[in-house]
Amino acid sequence: MDPEIAKTQEERRKMEQQLASMNSLTFDTDLYGGNDRDSYVTSIPVNEDEDNLDSLMDNEVARKLASYTAPKSLLKEMPRGSDESDDVSGFKKPQRIIDREDDYRKRRLNRVISPERHDAFAAGEKTPDPSVRTYADVMREEALKREKEETLKLIAKKKKQQQEEEEAAPEKPPADSSAAAAAAPKRRNRWDQSQDEGGAGAAAKKAKTSSTSDWDLPDTTPGRWDATPTPGRLGDATPSASVGRRNRWDETPTPGRVVDSDATPAAGGVTPGATPAGMTWDATPKLSGLATPTPKKQRSRWDETPATMGSATPMAGATPAAVTPGVTPVGGLDLATPTPGAINLRGAITPEQYNLLRWEKDIEDRNRPLTDEELDAMFPQEGYKILDPPASYVPIRTPARKLLATPTPMGTPLYAIPEENRGQQFDVPKEAPGGLPFMKPEDYQYFGALLNEEEEEKMTSDELKERKIMKLLLKVKNGTPPQRKTALRQLTDKAREFGAGPLFNRILPLLMQPTLEDQERHLLVKVIDRVLYKLDELVRPYVHKILVVIEPLLIDEDYYARVEGREIISNLSKAAGLATMIAAMRPDIDNIDEYVRNTTARAFSVVASALGIPALLPFLKAVCQSKKSWQARHTGIKIVQQIAILIGCAVLPHLRSLVEIIEHGLLDENQKVRTITALSLAALAEAAAPYGIESFDSVLKPLWKGIRSHRGKVLAAFLKAIGFIIPLMDALYASYYTKEVMVILIREFQSPDEEMKKIVLKVVKQCVSTEGVEADYIRSDILPEFFRNFWVRRMALDRRNYRQLVDTTVEIANKTGVADIVGRIVEDLKDESEPYRRMVMETIEKVVTNLGASDIDARLEELLIDGILYAFQEQTSDDANVMLNGFGAVVNALGQRVKPYLPQICGTIKWRLNNKSAKVRQQAADLISRIAVVMKQCQEEQLMGHLGVVLYEYLGEEYPEVLGSILGALKAIVNVIGMTKMTPPIKDLLPRLTPILKNRHEKVQENCIDLVGRIADRGAEFVPAREWMRICFELLEMLKAHKKGIRRATVNTFGYIAKAIGPQDVLATLLNNLKVQERQNRVCTTVAIAIVAETCSPFTVLPALMNEYRVPELNVQNGVLKSLSFLFEYIGEMGKDYIYAVTPLLEDALMDRDLVHRQTAASAVKHMALGVAGLGCEDALVHLLNYVWPNIFETSPHVINAVMEAIEGMRVALGAAIVLNYCLQGLFHPARKVREVYWKIYNSLYIGAQDALVAAYPTLEDEQNNVYSRPELMMFV
Amino acid sequence: MQASDRFNINSQLEHLQAKYVGTGHADLNRFEWAVNIQRDSYASYVGHYPILAYFAIAENESIGRERYNFMQKMLLPCGLPPEREDD
Repeated sequence: MDPEIAKTQEERRKMEQQLASMNSLTFDTDLYGGNDRDSYVTSIPVNEDEDNLDSLMDNEVARKLASYTAPKSLLKEMPRGSDESDDVSGFKKPQRIIDREDDYRKRRLNRVISPERHDAFAAGEKTPDPSVRTYADVMREEALKREKEETLKLIAKKKKQQQEEEEAAPEKPPADSSAAAAAAPKRRNRWDQSQDEGGAGAAAKKAKTSSTSDWDLPDTTPGRWDATPTPGRLGDATPSASVGRRNRWDETPTPGRVVDSDATPAAGGVTPGATPAGMTWDATPKLSGLATPTPKKQRSRWDETPATMGSATPMAGATPAAVTPGVTPVGGLDLATPTPGAINLRGAITPEQYNLLRWEKDIEDRNRPLTDEELDAMFPQEGYKILDPPASYVPIRTPARKLLATPTPMGTPLYAIPEENRGQQFDVPKEAPGGLPFMKPEDYQYFGALLNEEEEEKMTSDELKERKIMKLLLKVKNGTPPQRKTALRQLTDKAREFGAGPLFNRILPLLMQPTLEDQERHLLVKVIDRVLYKLDELVRPYVHKILVVIEPLLIDEDYYARVEGREIISNLSKAAGLATMIAAMRPDIDNIDEYVRNTTARAFSVVASALGIPALLPFLKAVCQSKKSWQARHTGIKIVQQIAILIGCAVLPHLRSLVEIIEHGLLDENQKVRTITALSLAALAEAAAPYGIESFDSVLKPLWKGIRSHRGKVLAAFLKAIGFIIPLMDALYASYYTKEVMVILIREFQSPDEEMKKIVLKVVKQCVSTEGVEADYIRSDILPEFFRNFWVRRMALDRRNYRQLVDTTVEIANKTGVADIVGRIVEDLKDESEPYRRMVMETIEKVVTNLGASDIDARLEELLIDGILYAFQEQTSDDANVMLNGFGAVVNALGQRVKPYLPQICGTIKWRLNNKSAKVRQQAADLISRIAVVMKQCQEEQLMGHLGVVLYEYLGEEYPEVLGSILGALKAIVNVIGMTKMTPPIKDLLPRLTPILKNRHEKVQENCIDLVGRIADRGAEFVPAREWMRICFELLEMLKAHKKGIRRATVNTFGYIAKAIGPQDVLATLLNNLKVQERQNRVCTTVAIAIVAETCSPFTVLPALMNEYRVPELNVQNGVLKSLSFLFEYIGEMGKDYIYAVTPLLEDALMDRDLVHRQTAASAVKHMALGVAGLGCEDALVHLLNYVWPNIFETSPHVINAVMEAIEGMRVALGAAIVLNYCLQGLFHPARKVREVYWKIYNSLYIGAQDALVAAYPTLEDEQNNVYSRPELMMFV
Repeated sequence: MQASDRFNINSQLEHLQAKYVGTGHADLNRFEWAVNIQRDSYASYVGHYPILAYFAIAENESIGRERYNFMQKMLLPCGLPPEREDD
């Protein structure tokens, strides 16, 4: 904001404050927003619950309906949106994490919760059991996976080659093949046509027009399959396509593939209608479309975008059928059908597909090698001899088979005949037994076992333990808060008893559940956190498992999820130790999946910040120099980058070693490694700024060489690194290096690449802002090219470019001065592209606000005003108020130099105030309030008066937003020209404002009450007292406003009015208002009474107020007490004159049977005590303390709170020693309940005044061995 | 403690209090409280230079020696803890 406006505002604020506080020092925290609003009671609850409900609803509705105006009764009755009512009833709209995740983040579901690993620490010297996975096993598996990947890649490449060859020689295959390939859709049409003849008319016609044909359309003729009963039908029809297809299927020998190509058509084609599955075929032909081998052209759909497949077929089989127990899993066969092959795995995956993957794993399960026991059972006992395996035999340990160790989420893969259970109700979810919380359908696969209680007796202790864990987890996940809390505590307390294995085997699969919601994830993560703390070193075998589920949190878009993830990993690394962490994460560092590497790098950075960078340095060094794979180097360097980002300036002590570790990456043979190295250097430099340039010495040369030899992405990264390093240099070097790099930068100005543009702009900004770069150099070398390339219309269209360009230009202006920059772009204010004009305007605004307008000469000034007026008038949409702000900033910067242009500006404003569009009128009014101060400086009071009259005429405005702005403009004018010179005169203006006070729109209310308050403050005498009384009544309603500013302005206005017309009438109104039923209204009234008492001195108000206490009505008495409480809070030390007057009243209230009386009186005592501390009122205070003290055993939270605070107040006023003496009687009372309360008081006393207690502690007598006396205090000189 | 008490401001207050070493609770015994009192007293003596000077004059010791003594006494201000009867 412009400094002058700010200054005037500051002055005004100061003045207002002075007036508001008149002769006291304190403010109402309720109105002015104290920091501990929750800690004391702001209400006078009569029938507490009802009232609370009331206000709750008010708040909620009011927030949403701030802009609606209607009587309150109507607002209350208004039906609220479905989400809100859901909220109330406890059924929130599910916020599933997966719904907001992008494809990349969804890849977390690809990961497998790996089985536990060998814990070298626990095992000691022992050789690990071969069945346990050791580090070596994992590494070997990773190597295998990588090899598999390579092979798959090769296969894919070869296939592509083949395909290309085939396409290159299309004439070779049998004669009709080319025609068939070209006319594949046509061919299909032939089938349709034949059907057409068979009698399905309309559908086929449609199909003819669409190129995708009816395969994808829902088909209702079941006869179709019957008509063509041969399974090979399609193959026959398109022989050429089938050749290509054959090849492909044959080449990928994955079992899943073979199964689907063969099994599906058979199931669908041979027995249509006979099996229950046939029903699905008929009902959902979409799936059959997928299952049918498609001609060659569409092959890409299989290979590249598996996601579309999953999402395109939201089949019954895909989700609920498999999940809900009781329902026969019809979808079984369908599910097995579109099993994506190994290649598909790399694409993004939907939860449905994830389920499919699990099925596939289960199939592998069934094909697992037989165990010895199984073999024993199968074969006869004699006649066989068990041979030893050959020495060279090594058992296969693929991770998929290893998965046996983890519980499979689905009990029975494929279809199993369910056991008959007659008691089962199929459509109603079975009620959870034993007070367990409600289970969602997707929970059944995890918690389903809890539903059958019969077997509980037969279970082994291990199974019982697992059952217990499941119960607790279900309570944590779905339970009510108290349930959740106890369950969480039990899990924590018994963590070691349950053991790490059972716990994590239950928790972690839950976290991988595709339908998890934010809240659930938060709770489960919390469980892990607590459990981790308890288990400590026992977690070691499970570290990788945990990482698999927690790492995705590190890249979650929700900030709190990221923080949570970091916390868990940091705790995990503290519990497991560095060695285990490294052993667990090392294999992932060169994982084939980029997602895994990325999350691992982030996790490693967290480990580094938890265990200290030095501990990790040797490992990092080794990884960054890995010769085996570039992925390892890439990840290693990325870890450094993430460390820099995570811990910021704390990298400084290790900066040199970190730079040394990664510096060789700049010369790496792999381009990705070079890029990430440069980015890491940028991150390090950014974190270290402005220190640490000496650490970067060694990389300067390769960086500079790099920018000359690289192009594209790598160059962008290098430039970014340089951009961050240059600001660290001292002036001389910075200037030299800037000149060096500028050549490249200027060359890259023309780059069409968006990313490059952003980086170049950023680097220019950083270079320009460094000390050593001279303005002359910028002017001569950078500016021409810069403006030629960047200040073009296209840049205004992309928001990020726009922002970056404005920032950079403002930074350049800081060096070169206003005139240079504004001079170059001022012409563009008349450009024909509006976004561009807006960008120009924003830049000018920022530059002028930063640097002022003294640099601008007469000619430029003329151009500027001209351009601004043009741009302001030509704008069609301005949501961000750029034009308005720009106009205001320039006018305020020019100050008196605007005088010649003011008539023109005012003409524009007047014209626009009359515009049809509400937005334009609003903006015109807003502009008046921005330039009012400058108009006054230019002595254009007549003009302002004129504008005042114009605005006055527009007070009938019907759009509340506009009306608010008009009132704001009037306020601005009144503020600068004063009450006496105002036109229209105040006595005409105010009666016009009274009805507007009824308006319920927040903006109108706020501006109106501000204006009225200002008039009441400065020009009350221009208006008759009757009018003020009328306004008083209106103001009572406004005390309920939800916006703090409005309430504050209203109570202040009460004060001004009371001062102007005397407190008696106002007070009578307010005291009457205490009798109303509405609680909120009463609360506001008590505040107003206190404010009136404060502005007109308490003695004018207290007699009437205390008299009102005699009314035998609960509401009124409480209101009086509440007013007293506020009153003593506001008047502070003035209270010493009134304390004796109100003491009898408070005595009575503190002895009242009603709790609220005592509570409110206690808070009044607190404020009183705090106000008069040190002013010699101890006698009265001790007297009051005697009445307060018996209330310490109250249990109602509000009351006990008020009482404790009163005692705290007494500690301040009377001194800690006196309160300690009250305390001593109960500290060692035989009854525990009593002791507890007294120790609580003692503790708060102790925290508040520890030192003061030393002198007042009781003398304890020594016992046989122990000395309790404090002889030092007896010393006397 | 009632279920409702667990969530209100008072429970937070007690939690806050529990963070300070010298605060007490209903099961505190005479010895423990006395130790707290003694330590607080010595801390107070050491913290207020005029008091320290006063003691120094009274005991005819240097101020530094006094300070050292007080700090040493803070270790076991009341001697070893008495044997517990119950366990």
